[in-house]
Amino acid sequence: MSDLGELYQELIVDHSKHPRNFGKLQPADHQATGYNPLCGDKVSVYLKLDNGLVSEVRFEGVGCAISTASASLMTERIKGKSLAEAEALFQNFHELVTVGHPEPAAMEQLGKLKVFAGVKDYPVRVKCATLAWHTFRAALRGEEPDISID
Amino acid sequence: MATIGTGSATQAAVLAAPAYDVRGIREDFPVLRQTVYGKPLVYLDNAATSQKPRSVLEAIGHFYSEDCANVHRGVHLLSQRATDDYERGRAKAQQFLGAAESREIIFVRGTTEAINLLASSFGRKFVNAGDEILITALEHHSNIVPWQMLCQDKGARLRVAPINDAGELLMDEFEKLINERTRMVAVSHVSNALGTVNPVAEIIQIAHRRNVPVFLDGAQAVPHCRVNVQELDCDFYAFSGHKLYGPTGVGILYGKAKWLEQMPPYQGGGDMIRAVTFEKTLYNTIPYRFEAGTPNISGGIGLGAAIDYVNHVGLDRIAAYEHELLEYVTRRAKAVPGVRIIGEAKEKAGVLSIVMDVAHPHDIGTILDREGIAIRAGHHCAMPVMDRFGIAGTARASLALYNTREEMDAFVKGLEKVREVLG
Repeated sequence: MSDLGELYQELIVDHSKHPRNFGKLQPADHQATGYNPLCGDKVSVYLKLDNGLVSEVRFEGVGCAISTASASLMTERIKGKSLAEAEALFQNFHELVTVGHPEPAAMEQLGKLKVFAGVKDYPVRVKCATLAWHTFRAALRGEEPDISID
Repeated sequence: MATIGTGSATQAAVLAAPAYDVRGIREDFPVLRQTVYGKPLVYLDNAATSQKPRSVLEAIGHFYSEDCANVHRGVHLLSQRATDDYERGRAKAQQFLGAAESREIIFVRGTTEAINLLASSFGRKFVNAGDEILITALEHHSNIVPWQMLCQDKGARLRVAPINDAGELLMDEFEKLINERTRMVAVSHVSNALGTVNPVAEIIQIAHRRNVPVFLDGAQAVPHCRVNVQELDCDFYAFSGHKLYGPTGVGILYGKAKWLEQMPPYQGGGDMIRAVTFEKTLYNTIPYRFEAGTPNISGGIGLGAAIDYVNHVGLDRIAAYEHELLEYVTRRAKAVPGVRIIGEAKEKAGVLSIVMDVAHPHDIGTILDREGIAIRAGHHCAMPVMDRFGIAGTARASLALYNTREEMDAFVKGLEKVREVLG
């Protein structure tokens, strides 16, 4: 399972089976629900902000291993970050799963999210990996998530 | 297996025929020779689209390299040849469906356009505020949305006949939903998501007792079983060429002449007219009234070649062969721990839909893909069906006349691999 192993890393399988920060956040300052019409995945992201920092973030929904693990790891990574830092993480993450090999400094920033590097070789799965992030951004902006651009 | 219009004589002929030569059939399909990710391609996404035999590719190539001209309007030889070949495609579709006349055969882009044409044209003439259209809980989005749009336009009501946990239509409920306001019953012949074969003969009898016309969505039926629209006595029937080993972008809407004659045009343009002035247009006769603009000429010719191919192999033999494959792969997939079959109707054709406890359908799809196995993962354009079973989607293997028992084994081995990776 060499090449499949690149995608289904142990950490990803673990987070897909035991998602962290899973469930509603009530009340939330911001929330949005994103859909992937291709496969029917659905994820809701809930946020609380405190002084420009993400003080609390949770998610719920149904999805494949990649989308569930991505949402779970995203919540872990952006908690406590400023909105600018979270946006920069999304940009770096997006680069990681679409073109691959972000700058070393960006790679460093991504931390555990690096585990999604294998997605790059599975173009049809990119939307699974980015759904939670698009939904997070939409929650902040009070918009409908747009995943059509991946 | 729902084979319609087969007598015991045909069954005897099937038994007497030489063994089904699946190796020889596979030779006819160039695409099947390839490997993907270093493994032989196992193509099990036939309900989405089927692969094309060489004879279809050659017929399309021949049109463009020898006969390319517009149809129905040239005095020159190439236009004559193109028109003849295109109209031969129509005649073949007529025979294939057992229709009484070729003018009852309308060329369309595919089943989706056929249903849009029907809903729009029939709806404009026969559906009014307070009327009802009856569909089932098994329908593909293409047999839901056009009717929904019509109902919204007209202030009519869309009624939905429910199904049981096996994925079978509840006939008692269906019958109760037909009333004096019902203007059309629109039902899939075979469900694309679950493979259920609907009891269409019974449905038509019930509807006709109340004088309600019936449309059958045959997209998933015609590749797997013989259809005779006159024996069925259905009023409208549609299918897509590309699911029947033909090209994309061409399909057929059959309608009884007595209905088509009363229906207004769908689109306006060239070919659908008899005479045009700025004051008034005289419309052409059927079927041309419904075929505005230059049609998909190579598509019609390619569809004719595809029908020839299927007839050459024999639909009764295809049905018997695929039925055995489906039973085999269903039995084997069921034995894989954590696999649940979605859709266990007594009558099924061509489709095995499953879910697994350890994996989302999308992950099953990706893991099988790396094993060279192409399946469909998701809601199969039938989100209400998924809702009915409380799931987001399924992993669907769908069969064609060229699939083999070894490919069924590869599919099951792939499911075991899913357990290995994600279990």
